[in-house]
Amino acid sequence: MGEFKVHRVRFFNYVPSGIRCVAYNNRSNRLAVSRTDGTVEVYNLSANYFQEKFFPGHESRATEALCWAEGQRLFSAGLNGEIMEYDLQALNIKYAVDAFGGPIWSMAASPSGSQLLVGCEDGSVKLFQITPDKIQFERNFDRQKSRILSLSWHPSGTHIAAGSIDYISVFDVKSGSAIHKMIVDRQHMGVSKRKCIVWGVAFLSDGTVISVDSAGKVQFWDSATGTLVKSHLIANADVQSIAVAEQEDSFVVGTAEGTVFHFQLVPVTSNSSEKQWVRTKPFQHHTHDVRTVAHSPTALISGGTDTHLVIRPLMEKVEVKNYDAALRKITFPHRRLISCSKKRQLLLFQFAHHLELWRLGSTVATGKNGDTLPLSKNADHLLHLKTKGPENIICSCISPCGSWIAYSTVSRFFLYRLNYEHDNISLKRVSKMPPFLRCALQILFSEDSTKLFVASNQGALHIVQLSGGSFKHLHAFQPQSGTVEAMCLLAVSSDGNWLAASGTSAGVHVYNVKQLKVSIGLNVPACISLCHVLPQVFEYSIPDKQYTDWSRTVQKQGFHHLWLQRDTPITHISFHPKRPMHILLHDAYMFCIIDKSLPLPNDKTLLYNPFPPTNESDVIRRRTAHAFKISKIYKPLLFMDLLDERTLVAVERPLDDIIAQLPPPIKKKKFGT
Amino acid sequence: MVEEESIRVVRCGGSELNFRRAVFSADSKYIFCVSGDFVKVYSTVTEECVHILHGHRNLVTGIQLNPNNHLQLYSCSLDGTIKLWDYIDGILIKTFTVGCKLHALFTVAQAEDSVFAIVNKEKPDIFQLVSVKLPKSSSQEVEAKELSFVLDYINQSPKCIAFGNEVNFVLLVFWNLFFFPRFTLSSSRNKKHAKNNFTCVACHPTEDCIASGHMDGKIRLWRNFYDDKKYTYTCLHWHHDMVMDLAFSVTGTSLLSGGCESVLVEWRDATEKNKEFLPRLGATIEHISVSPAGDLFCTSHSDNKIIIIHRNLEASAVIQGLVKDRSIFTGLMIDPRTKALVLNGKPGHLQFYSLQSDKQLYNLDIIQQEYINDYGLIQIELTKAAFGCFGNWLATVEQRQEKETELELQMKLWMYNKKTQGFILNTKINMPHEDCITALCFCNAEKSEQPTLVTASKDGYFKVWILTDDSDIYKKAVGWTCDFVGSYHKYQATNCCFSEDGSLLAVSFEEIVTIWDSITWELKCTFCQRAGKIRHLCFGRLTCSKYLLGATENGILCCWNLLSCALEWNAKLNVRVMEPDPNSENIAAISQSSVGSDLFVFKPSEPRPLYIQKGISREEVQWGVFVPRDVPESFTSEAYQWLNRSQLYFLTKSQSLLTFSTKSPEEKLTPTSKQLLAEESLPTTPFYFILGKHRQLQDEKLNETLENELVQLPLTENIPAVSELLHTPAHVLPSAAFLCSMFVNSLLLSKETKSAKEIPEDVDMEEEKESEDSDKENDFIEKVQDTNNTGLGEDIIHQLSNSEEKELRKFRKIDYSWIAAL
Repeated sequence: MGEFKVHRVRFFNYVPSGIRCVAYNNRSNRLAVSRTDGTVEVYNLSANYFQEKFFPGHESRATEALCWAEGQRLFSAGLNGEIMEYDLQALNIKYAVDAFGGPIWSMAASPSGSQLLVGCEDGSVKLFQITPDKIQFERNFDRQKSRILSLSWHPSGTHIAAGSIDYISVFDVKSGSAIHKMIVDRQHMGVSKRKCIVWGVAFLSDGTVISVDSAGKVQFWDSATGTLVKSHLIANADVQSIAVAEQEDSFVVGTAEGTVFHFQLVPVTSNSSEKQWVRTKPFQHHTHDVRTVAHSPTALISGGTDTHLVIRPLMEKVEVKNYDAALRKITFPHRRLISCSKKRQLLLFQFAHHLELWRLGSTVATGKNGDTLPLSKNADHLLHLKTKGPENIICSCISPCGSWIAYSTVSRFFLYRLNYEHDNISLKRVSKMPPFLRCALQILFSEDSTKLFVASNQGALHIVQLSGGSFKHLHAFQPQSGTVEAMCLLAVSSDGNWLAASGTSAGVHVYNVKQLKVSIGLNVPACISLCHVLPQVFEYSIPDKQYTDWSRTVQKQGFHHLWLQRDTPITHISFHPKRPMHILLHDAYMFCIIDKSLPLPNDKTLLYNPFPPTNESDVIRRRTAHAFKISKIYKPLLFMDLLDERTLVAVERPLDDIIAQLPPPIKKKKFGT
Repeated sequence: MVEEESIRVVRCGGSELNFRRAVFSADSKYIFCVSGDFVKVYSTVTEECVHILHGHRNLVTGIQLNPNNHLQLYSCSLDGTIKLWDYIDGILIKTFTVGCKLHALFTVAQAEDSVFAIVNKEKPDIFQLVSVKLPKSSSQEVEAKELSFVLDYINQSPKCIAFGNEVNFVLLVFWNLFFFPRFTLSSSRNKKHAKNNFTCVACHPTEDCIASGHMDGKIRLWRNFYDDKKYTYTCLHWHHDMVMDLAFSVTGTSLLSGGCESVLVEWRDATEKNKEFLPRLGATIEHISVSPAGDLFCTSHSDNKIIIIHRNLEASAVIQGLVKDRSIFTGLMIDPRTKALVLNGKPGHLQFYSLQSDKQLYNLDIIQQEYINDYGLIQIELTKAAFGCFGNWLATVEQRQEKETELELQMKLWMYNKKTQGFILNTKINMPHEDCITALCFCNAEKSEQPTLVTASKDGYFKVWILTDDSDIYKKAVGWTCDFVGSYHKYQATNCCFSEDGSLLAVSFEEIVTIWDSITWELKCTFCQRAGKIRHLCFGRLTCSKYLLGATENGILCCWNLLSCALEWNAKLNVRVMEPDPNSENIAAISQSSVGSDLFVFKPSEPRPLYIQKGISREEVQWGVFVPRDVPESFTSEAYQWLNRSQLYFLTKSQSLLTFSTKSPEEKLTPTSKQLLAEESLPTTPFYFILGKHRQLQDEKLNETLENELVQLPLTENIPAVSELLHTPAHVLPSAAFLCSMFVNSLLLSKETKSAKEIPEDVDMEEEKESEDSDKENDFIEKVQDTNNTGLGEDIIHQLSNSEEKELRKFRKIDYSWIAAL
C-alpha cells in the first residue's frame, strides 16, 4: 500500500462558535442551527446528518431565535431587532425586516405556519403575517413590563404563553390581551435570587404551560386557572431551554450545567388513564451551558456554548438497533477550512474573520514505520490576513503554486498575489474585481495555478485566467434555466481540463474547461470520484460517460457493513496523482485509502486492518489484503491531503484544546475530589 | 423443677436483630424483629422487649403481619415451619409444617389463604419462590404441603423481591429484574458499567413504579415497564457505594434509601434535588422498613441495632443488640459493677452488654476519633482492655500499624465516676512500650491499697504502672505513672498474671515463666518447661492459690506448685481458652482439635478433670469467660457442680455467643406459648385485673398441684361471689361497702384447701419454688445462704423455718389479693 511521511499539524487554532438556537423541521427532517457569530447551518438528518447549507455570520447579527414556518421557510431574529428570512436555494439572506421593538429575544411560528410572533426587549409581543414572499406586521399584543424571553403557541393557535422576567403571561390571540399572569417563585434552594428569568415556555394542547427558569425549576401551570400544578427542581443553575415532542408525550430541557433532562408522560398505573410527567433520564454530553434543545420524533438534539451539536436518539423510538441509534456529536463544519499549496508546502487556515498562512516544518531525519521524527525546522506562521468589515469569510483558497490567495465574504471577493523573496513575503491585492465576482461560495485553483474557478451564489460558475499579476475573465457557466441552485462543491482534474461541480441538490455537473462548455466526453485520462454524504463511493469515468466498472462492482457487491455503519460524512476525497488506482478519502475520525486493484472486503473479513502483519508470508498477506486501508490515528481530522507522492499532511484539532479556549463552565462539586 | 439433664450448649442471646427487615404492627406500637430462633416484640416507645416468641427450632428467616388480621404475625424458619402468632399476648396460634427450608416469607393481601416463601429444595444454591397454601383448620398443628411453584433461580435475599400493589405481580432480582409473569428488565445492558447490578427493589404503593438499588449507588425508578420498549427510568444518585435497602413511604410520596454511608436519605417526590438526610446513624444501614400507619420508619444497622425514626426524620428509639460485625481483640470481660459482658463493639468502642436482658447497656468510646468507612484503610484498633479495682479502673490499649516499623500505640486509663455513672479518661500514655502490648492485668487483690497495672509487651519488657497523685498542688488530681520495668534476657513478654492475693506476679517470657514479688519487684523464681511459648497463664484460686497454670503453644498444660517451685503435673492439651472461675477453684480450658472444640473443667490441685464435654462447637472457640450467677444453682451431681456459682460463656470464630445450660429445650419455652385460652378478650377494666391476677396465681398453682398436689386454690369461676359480682348488672348491685367484705372473704383460702399431707422431702423443692416466685424471699434465702457459707447447716435451718414459711406464704397471697381488690 505504501508508507507515507505524515505532517501532523496541530497548530490550527480553530474554535467554532457556540450554538445559540436549533430549530427542527419535521416535514423535511432538517435541522437549522444558529451560532453565536450569526452563522446559520442547515443539517439534513436523513442524509447522515450532513451539513448541507451554510449562511455565513455577521458581527452585528447575533441570532437569538430561529424558526421554521410554512414548511420550508427559515426565519431568524436577533439582537439587532431584525427578522430575517433565508433563501435556502441561493444560500443568501432574502430580506430583513425591523420589528421596531428593540432587540428580539424570542420568536415562534404559529402551528399553521402563517403567522410569526416575536418577543422584544421593550415587552411587546408582535404578530406578523407571513405572505409568500415577505412578512407583514399585523398587530401588537398587550405590552408587558419587561422583555419577552420565550414564546409558545397553543397547538390550536388560540392562545400563546410568553415567558418574561419573574412571570409568565398567557395571551388570547384573538383579542391580544393577557388573560393570565403567573408569577414564578424567585426562591432558589431556599435563597432568594434577584430575578427569576423564564428562559423557556411550552404550551401543551391540554392547556398546560411548562416553564423553565433561571432558578433551576421546571414548572407545570394550568393556563385555564393560572395556577402552578407541579414543580420539579432539577438543577442548581439555570434551565435554559425546552422542547416538546410533537405527540406531547415527552419533552427535553437543557441546563446551564450542561445536563439535558428528558421528561416523559407515563401512566400512573397500567390500567388507569391518568398520566403524569416524570423526569426520566439525564444526559451529560455537554460541558457548558445547553442554550438550546430540540425534540425530533426519534432523537433529542441539544447545542450549547461548548460548540457541540449533540443528537441523542431515543432508544425506544428506534426500530432497528444500528448506527442510527448511536449518539452523534457534531463539532466541526463539514466544509473545507484549510487549503494547501503543494509546491511550497503551505497551509492556509480560514477563520471567521482572518486567514492564516503557515509553512510546514521539515525534517532531515528518517525512521521506520510508526516513528515520530524530530523537526529540523519548525512550522512558520507566515501571514495573518484580516478581513475588512463585519462579515465572516465564506470560503478561501490558496493556489497550488502558493502565489495566489483568494477569499470571499458575502459582499466582496478578494484576490491576493504573494511574492516570495527568500524569507520575505510581500502581499499585493489584485484590485478592480469584476462586479460579478462579488460573493463566492466556493473557490478553487487549477492544478497549474493558471485558472481560478469561482462558484457564485447565483449558481454561476466563473473561470478566471491568471497570468503574472493580472487576471482575465474567461467564461461563466450559467445555471440551467430557471434553477437558482448554489454550487457548493468544486473539483478539478489534474490536467485542468475538467471541472466538476455539485450543488445542494446532490446533482453533479462536469464541465470541459478547454472548450468552455457543459460536456462530458473526449478522451481525457481522468476519472472523478464522487463521494456521497452517505458512506458510498461512486467512480465515474468521464471518457466513457458512465460509472466505471469498479464502481459498478462496488455497487453490486455492496460495501462492508461496518463501512456502511459509519456515521460521519466523508469530507474530502482525492486521487493519488502517481498511482491512479488509489483513492484517498477521510472523514473526521478516519483516513482511508481505497486500492481499486485489490478485492473488495466482504462482511466476513476484518474491515479495520491497518497494517497487515509483516511476519506472515506474502500469500497470506495478499489473501487478507483488501481494498480498504483505514487509519484512525488522527482524530478529529479536519484536513488531509497529499503533498507529494510520499508525503501526507494531516490537520487535527483536539477537542480538549477547544474546551480550553472556552469560558470556564459552571463549577460543580464532584464527589471524591 | 430443675431436673438434672445433660448439659447442652445453647445460644444465649446476642443474635442478629438485623438479619431481616423489622416489621411494625398496624398501630405502630410494636416492632417485630427476628433474633436467632426467636421473634422479638419490642415497644416502639419504650424500646423494651415486650415478648419473645419462642417456638422455632432453627433460625427465623422471615416475619410478616397477617394481612387479614393485623393482630397476628406470621413467621417462617429454616426448620420448615410457618407459625402464626398472637403477638400482643405472645401466644403461638398455629404451626404450619411445610417441610423444606424456608428462607423468606411474603404475604400479599390479595392472596387470602396463601403466603409466598423462598425455598431451596434440590440444589443448595438454587432458590425458588413458591406460593404456600395455608389450609384452614382448627387444629394447632397443620400440614401445609401444597406448594405451587412461582419462579426459579432467584436471589436468596428477600430484599430482591417486592410485591406490587394491585396487580398480582412479583419482581425479583438476580442480575436481571423480572416482572411476573413476563417482563424482564436488565441492568447490565452495557458491559462497561459492570457495577450496576441490582441490590434491592421496592414497589410504589399506589403507582406503577419500581425502585431498584444498584451496586454503584444509583437508585432507578422504573416506570411504564409493561411496555417492552417504552419502559423508562429515572436515576437518583447520592450514595457512593451500594444501595443496601429501599422503602417507599406508605403514601408513596417519598422513597427512603440507605447504604454504608450510615445516612438515611429521604427522596421526596422522587426528585433528585428534593432530598432530606438523617446522618450519623452509626453503622451501615442494612434494612429499612416503614410502619403501616406511616408515622414511623426503622432502620436496621450492621452493628445489630434498630433505630426507630419518626416521620420527620428524628430518631426516637434505639434497640441495640450485641455488636458483632468486627473481630474481637479484647476478649470477653465482665464489668464488676454492672455484671455486663464487655468486649469490642462499634469501631473504637467498648460495648457493655447485659446478658440477662440481651441488650446493650452502653458504648464507651475509647478511640474518640471519627471512623472513616473506607475499604483498605488501616484503622486504629482497640486491642486490649482490662478492668481493675472492682470496676473502678479500666485500662485500654489501642494500636495502629500501617507498616512494620510504624507502630502507633496508646494506653488509656479510665476512672469510674460515680456521679456520671460512667468512665472518664484519666491518663493517656503514648507509646507505653516500643512494641505491641501482649497482655494487660490489674492487681485485683482486696487488700491492695494502691491500684497497680502490669503491661507486657513484645519489646521484652513488662511495666508496672501505679496510681500517684503528684500532678496537682492541691493533691486532687491523680494519674498513672510507670513504677517498674522488668525484663528477662530480652525475651518477649507474652503474658502476665497476678495471684489472687496480689502478692505475686507471674510474667511469661516466651517459654519461661518468671515469678516476681509485687512489693519489692524482685524476681523470685523461674519455671521453664521447654514446651513451647506460653500462651495462657493463670493462678489458681481459693484453696488452689498455690498453683500456677500455664498452657503452651505446643499443646502442653503445666501446673506448677509455687510452694515447692516444682512442676506438679502436666497434660497434653492444645488449649485455646483458659479461664478461671472467680467464684471457685475451677478452671475451664477449651481445646481445639480438627473436629471441633472440647471443654475440660478441672481443679489445679488434681490433674483429673471434673467435667469433659467433647464437641461443644464445630468451629474454633476464641474467647470464654465465667459469669457469676446472681442466684446460685444447686446441682448435686458432681459433674455439674462447676456450673453452680458461675456460668461459662464463650465466643466462637463466627461470633456466636454460646453458653451451657441444663434445661431441656421444651422447658425453655415459657408456659404462655403452650396454651391458648378462650377468654383472652377480657376488657382491661379493674375487674380484669382482679381476674388476671387470680388467673396468674391460679396457673402457677395449677402447675404446682399437678406436680405435688400441695395447695389448691379455688378457681375464679368457681367463687360464687365473684361470678355474681361480675354478672349482675351494676345498677342492681348493693353498695360497695357491703360487697367489699363479701368479695374479700371469698378470696380467702378456706382451711380445707390447705393440704395436710405435706411431705418433708419436698421442702427443698418448695424452697426452690419460692425463690423463683418472689424476689423478697430470694434475698432472704440468699442471706441465709451467706450466713451458712457451707451447705452443711442448710437442712436444719430450713426445717426450723418450715412452718413459719408456710404462714408467710399464706399471708403473702392474701396480701396480694387485697392489693388487687383495692
